[in-house]
Amino acid sequence: MAHAGEAEAVYVPPAEVPDVDLYHAHSWITKYVFSQDAKVIAIQYSTTAILIGLVGLVLSWLMRLQLGFPDTFSFISPTDYYQYVTMHGMIMVIYLLTALFLGGFGNYLIPLMVGARDMVFPYVNMLSYWIYLLAVLILTASFFVPGGPTGAGWTLYPPQAILEGTPGNGWGIILMLISLVFFIIGFTMGGLNYVVTVLQARARGMTLMRMPLTVWGIFVATVLALLAFPALFVAGVMMLLDRVLETSFFVPAIVSMGEQLAYDGGSPILFQHLFWFFGHPEVYIVALPAFGVVSDVIAVHARKAIFGYRMMVWAIVAIGGLSFIVWAHHMYVSGMNPYFGFFFATTTLIIAVPTALKLYNWVLTLWKGNIQLTIPMLFCVAFIVTFLNGGITGLFLGNVAVDVPLSDTMFVVAHFHMVMGVAPIFVIFAAIYHWFPLMSGRMLNEGMGQFHFWVTFIGAYLIYFPMHYLGFVGVPRRYFEIGETMFIPPSAATLNEFITIMVLIVGFAQVVFIFNILQSIFKGKLSGRNPWKATTLEWHTEDYPPGHGNFGELPLVYRWAYEYSVPGVKDDFVPQNMPPDQIVRVQAAE
Amino acid sequence: MSIFQTLMEKPWATAQGGDVPLDGHQSFSMPMEKVGLWVFLSAITVLFTLLIISYGGRMELGTDWRPLPDPWLLWPNTAVLVLSSVFLQRARISARRGQMDGVRISLLAAGGFSFAFLAGQLFASYELVGLGYFASTNPANAFFYLLTGLHAIHLIGGLVAWARACAKVRRGFEARQVALSIELCAIYWHFLLMVWVILFSLMLIT
Repeated sequence: MAHAGEAEAVYVPPAEVPDVDLYHAHSWITKYVFSQDAKVIAIQYSTTAILIGLVGLVLSWLMRLQLGFPDTFSFISPTDYYQYVTMHGMIMVIYLLTALFLGGFGNYLIPLMVGARDMVFPYVNMLSYWIYLLAVLILTASFFVPGGPTGAGWTLYPPQAILEGTPGNGWGIILMLISLVFFIIGFTMGGLNYVVTVLQARARGMTLMRMPLTVWGIFVATVLALLAFPALFVAGVMMLLDRVLETSFFVPAIVSMGEQLAYDGGSPILFQHLFWFFGHPEVYIVALPAFGVVSDVIAVHARKAIFGYRMMVWAIVAIGGLSFIVWAHHMYVSGMNPYFGFFFATTTLIIAVPTALKLYNWVLTLWKGNIQLTIPMLFCVAFIVTFLNGGITGLFLGNVAVDVPLSDTMFVVAHFHMVMGVAPIFVIFAAIYHWFPLMSGRMLNEGMGQFHFWVTFIGAYLIYFPMHYLGFVGVPRRYFEIGETMFIPPSAATLNEFITIMVLIVGFAQVVFIFNILQSIFKGKLSGRNPWKATTLEWHTEDYPPGHGNFGELPLVYRWAYEYSVPGVKDDFVPQNMPPDQIVRVQAAE
Repeated sequence: MSIFQTLMEKPWATAQGGDVPLDGHQSFSMPMEKVGLWVFLSAITVLFTLLIISYGGRMELGTDWRPLPDPWLLWPNTAVLVLSSVFLQRARISARRGQMDGVRISLLAAGGFSFAFLAGQLFASYELVGLGYFASTNPANAFFYLLTGLHAIHLIGGLVAWARACAKVRRGFEARQVALSIELCAIYWHFLLMVWVILFSLMLIT
């Protein structure tokens, strides 16, 4: 392999890409609306995702109001409650987290971090956003159709999802499935971009093993998504046919409301397999980008190279591979061959190995680092703790014998909210606080940030920790109200009230956060270039914030992304694209 | 460079001095569009694999599976799809050799056969529906319509790419400028042909 190092002063030309018109968008419309610039698409994706996420947030408040204070709110009927549960889950997992991590951060960061002008297929990338928006609009429309949105639970299990008696079994479920199909089509278009950009459009010198872990995380997550979403697509289309054409893919012979239906012989379990073949990788589609972002943010704010970079990469790849062979641990209570259960319990526990490895590496990165307790750092530390918590309860639930009694209790709600709700959301916050200066040129307000962090962090624990106990005493999940039950102590009701109040307080903190963003876009303190003194390419563009086409001349990459606190160098970091002869060195003091 | 070698690299070892390797910034030595197509094909492979598994799984379950008579039309239809694939391959070769006349004829023929295939599939479905094989009456019927339908939709998507290639040819692009588009179409058509052959054999043997 030919090298151009400091010894031989060989001139290496930057990689060249053809000049494309989109780097010089002419009209306002092509620049900001039908833009093919990945950065604009990223902002569009993020804004849409956050807006629909706010709907999901409000739904969670309504749910908690009912659980905390049953018989108080006359406008919440059992039907409404199931619709809140369903739409909250679906919105948060797919339309918020997946879209924000891959469509939002993926679009913004991949081209900038690997040193590309843009995504490789900008037009397809633009289509991806508009189809996503269409999916979101269809989803939103389902709130306004007769019968309301589907109330089948976010897993949409047949046969109940499409039968009489389930809320929204008319237009609600149909729109839900159509929306999912569109989401998958749109995502696939974006996903092709992310994968091919990482594979083929990196700047000269950016070998795969020099990529920041953020890019690794998003890259592997996208590969997972491209291979997992087809399962949801198939399941969605088949259920749509079951609902509309009365085929019997998933619906067995069934008597509903005293009437024998036309369905015969379908298999609900088949749907569950398809759904979870998508559903489990989905957890890692959300978690892997979070892992990547955390690794980078921690390294920057602890001024230290990430500990065990190679292992971090291997762990990401290993988790990605393993995530495809654990899906049936979501189906222990559906009944299965014990050997089958044994297999999935084993693979589930094995996946804890690379995950634990990552946790150790994050902690070891912090160890003796020059830790700056900035807001992004605080959120990352909070993520590490929370993910550990959620991961450990995952080990409980991964075992069939423990899962079966706990499966339908609040314990599961606490587990998955910790591990794939709160933890990735913390990373999203960390990423927003970290990269907001790059996107807007301004800092987010520190005071409001501190308030947002502490209320959210402590609040999240006050919400979900007690839920574990509720689960242990047997409080079931998905129930509209428990009423008086022999084995549930009255204190459970008090705890539920407490949780609801905490939810509203944490919810208020998010309002402060949104206000902070809106205010800081216009009035925030100017950040100056590279406020966090990071090494990665996105902070070293010609224009700041980066303009169309990202870079002036495409960068040359001389090193990996983690040269922090290098002995003998004046600044405590060496950017990836700084030529060796430009590094300012200091003489040792002695 | 193998993936394992790549993953064994120690990026920190070269960080102090800093160097720019002249290669290694592209993972595959083929055009991006082609890499994109292969990534897309792997996603579609998963899609159809899952459908086939569901097909097998659903067939085993219950006692209601009554195979439907495979319309004879599917045989000539398969031949038509083979022809469209063959002609795209010819277009690909002509484009590589710079023979625009050959490209034009083969491309049109391939498109024509593809449309004929789609029409044939549609007609076969109409025939089945006419005979009373509704999607709702039996899972075998439902799977027939689902599989042929999804396959047809993918082919229609391919025809969009085909139309764009045709438009390029019409606007008088040179052979080397359309070679890639045609090559991608050809790969996609071969892939869909393979999928169809698998689906068709699956329906024949069951």
